[in-house]
Amino acid sequence: MKKGILITLGIIVGIIVLWFMIFGGVYNGLVAREEGVTSAWAQVENVYQRRMDLVPNLVQTVKGYAAHESETLQNVVEARSKISQTNISSDAISDPSKLQAFQKMQGQLSSALSRLMVVVERYPDLKASKNFLALQSQLEGTENRISVERRRFNEAARNFNTYRRKFPNVIISNMMDFQKKAYFKSDEGAQKAPQVQF
Amino acid sequence: MPSLFYKKVFSRISLAVLFCFALVVSLEALQIPKKPHSYITDHAGLLTQNTRTQLESALRQFEQKTSTQVVVATFPSLEGEALEDFSIRLAEAWNIGQKNKDNGVILLIFQKEQKIRLEVGYGLEGALTDAESGQIIQEAIAPFFKQNQFNQGIAAGVAGIIQAVEGEYQAKTDNFTRSGRPQHRQLSAAEIAALKKQSQVIGTFILLMAGGLFIFDFFRYRTYASTHKEHGQRYSFWEWFFRFALLLAVLNIIFRILFYMMLFSRGGCSGSRGGGGFSSGGGSFGGGGASGGW
Repeated sequence: MKKGILITLGIIVGIIVLWFMIFGGVYNGLVAREEGVTSAWAQVENVYQRRMDLVPNLVQTVKGYAAHESETLQNVVEARSKISQTNISSDAISDPSKLQAFQKMQGQLSSALSRLMVVVERYPDLKASKNFLALQSQLEGTENRISVERRRFNEAARNFNTYRRKFPNVIISNMMDFQKKAYFKSDEGAQKAPQVQF
Repeated sequence: MPSLFYKKVFSRISLAVLFCFALVVSLEALQIPKKPHSYITDHAGLLTQNTRTQLESALRQFEQKTSTQVVVATFPSLEGEALEDFSIRLAEAWNIGQKNKDNGVILLIFQKEQKIRLEVGYGLEGALTDAESGQIIQEAIAPFFKQNQFNQGIAAGVAGIIQAVEGEYQAKTDNFTRSGRPQHRQLSAAEIAALKKQSQVIGTFILLMAGGLFIFDFFRYRTYASTHKEHGQRYSFWEWFFRFALLLAVLNIIFRILFYMMLFSRGGCSGSRGGGGFSSGGGSFGGGGASGGW
């Protein structure tokens, strides 16, 4: 009688030990990958912030040469202040709707800025100014950094999501509340071919 | 039911066909070349032998002095790739610059599209800002290129880059690779993945062995216990259990030591590439730099 209890106890303890061995590995894997996503997100925020910091300088410079483009400038300023007002926390990385809202706001600033850059074409004095040229290449560089870091974020998120969904991992990730990470979608209009108007 | 099955099969086939198409398309697009073994990679054939050797030696000297790696690559055409997308993928693949310093610069030239791209590593974004990169392209390189003077243009560009990043980093003489001394190399992600796979196979083997032992020992315990009842079950369950746990722990430690030894030996022996050749050090890029044309 006693032996039977001991055997079942042994099996249970064995299962628990085995479970902890598997659990430890998977849990550490999940933590490492989630940390990868978080740091990628920090980089994304970093480069977006870099663009935000550029905008006031750019607006000031353009204002000096093209004061009566106030509407376009106003759009840029408004899009920027909208972003700085809303507080985007890091939980956006596991909430697709929040990430999309963030992306939409940044997209508005992008389109406002690109409109500004089109308008600027009409002012040769401005385009010749050293200050503006420097700002322009900084803005271009920042936009490029944004797309690079966004791609890296998506790669990190995909890496995490794939690992999370595999078999025993999915049980552990659900148990420990590791949430699926959201992706950046390609920008609206990026899928449409640009139209050329004459 | 069968129609559903055929549908499934059909969709599989069409997927496969699509995949093949994608493969063909990706084969047509410009491939990222392998890591270069020299500072100048001239696929477009824009440079004369003379300029090439001059630039090579100048860039090697610069790396010996500052550990900063500046690399030039020319291509006949982008073949439909987007400039910035291609250049960052190339930068990620080539890993120009020293690890932890991220001090690499890549100057890319595409002849047919008349495009120039300067990719700047993380560690040099302060010294060679986007604005300065743009200036180098527009004011140093493009004027020469417009007159088809590619040798002078690239030389001027390299000179501009060197001037901008000079003094940002210093080479540590004792830690430097050019001496040809064997030194520990950081493993790439692919190599680590392969090693992990190997270790997984070994791990499963050990786990199976341990499982077999477990079952074997368990039965031994049972027969032992049942035949030695008169000794008051001296070979107790717990004795057996702890012995088993100890065995597992020892196996685990041995396995781990083996794994790290494997890692170490792989990392240690390669990387002793001596002489005047060039090898990239593992710097990373974040899209800094500028694009331009002529």
